[in-house]
Amino acid sequence: MASLTSDNEQPPTNSNSSSTDHVRKKKSLFASSPSSSRGNAASVPTRDGDSHPRWRSEKQQRIYSAKLIQALRQVRLSSSSSATTSSPTAQKRGKAVREAADRALAVSARGRTLWSRAILANRIKLKFRKQKRPRQTVIPAVTTVVTTGATSSRGRKRRVSVVGLNKKSLPTVNRKVRSLGRLVPGCKKESVPVILEEATDYIQALEMQVRAMNSLVELLSGYSTPGSDSAPPPI
Amino acid sequence: MSSRRSRSSRQTGTSMISEDQINDLVLQLHRLLPELGNNNRRSGKVSASKVLQETCTYIRNLNKEVDDLSERLSQLLESTDSAQAALIRSLLM
Repeated sequence: MASLTSDNEQPPTNSNSSSTDHVRKKKSLFASSPSSSRGNAASVPTRDGDSHPRWRSEKQQRIYSAKLIQALRQVRLSSSSSATTSSPTAQKRGKAVREAADRALAVSARGRTLWSRAILANRIKLKFRKQKRPRQTVIPAVTTVVTTGATSSRGRKRRVSVVGLNKKSLPTVNRKVRSLGRLVPGCKKESVPVILEEATDYIQALEMQVRAMNSLVELLSGYSTPGSDSAPPPI
Repeated sequence: MSSRRSRSSRQTGTSMISEDQINDLVLQLHRLLPELGNNNRRSGKVSASKVLQETCTYIRNLNKEVDDLSERLSQLLESTDSAQAALIRSLLM
């Protein structure tokens, strides 16, 4: 089965080499991430404290869909080539698909966020290497977002203000932030602003993941149910 | 030390977390959440704990949705044979 993708340089041969491919790709990502994250943080202030447009663009969704297809093909290969005596249960197959989708999502994040690095690190189990690096890259992003958000809150149309951050309710807020940090991968022990920042990015990435998988499911179900009213597009 | 005023270059150390910083992050998060129920344009105030609660719920819902979708995908992948998979691949590239 020839690989037809053009944006990834490593051809999916078998699942053994995929982990080393991920390591290589991650190393090149980390080499570029400190400078690129600062470049990214410098471009964020042009927006009005807005959510990062990264995850909402069509282009990003296309990139992710391509990576997802590749990852899913690997899942199919590995599941069909492994033991045929014990057929994997539907749950295991679903979990494998979920993990592949998460990995593709984390790779699309290009190593700029904590949760994406945590997902990839869980896969390869290089956790102790990853703890030193995020400090340099996450903090500049937070500070530049803060300054723009502050200037826009002093300015024109900020009608909404946050209440409930007083001293009395701080332990409650802290507890909720901690539980939020447990939901986002890799943020169990981070500070509050880091968790909030990671959560905003994670939510947008998840939304994109849902959109991409939805369209993929629609596409596939259009093929596998013959005689359905939505005819598959001709090639 | 009032860290609310001097915000620009003090945040390189992570120990001084200003309240405005958290305010802005919570607002950013609130903008992402789906606005169901109340049209909260009326009230100009957002409760931080409510935002956090809804964020947790929303993330859990999204995770569940992704799990369901991946289960459906795995079933569809099993039923589609390789000729159609090649077809789909050529469509998507």
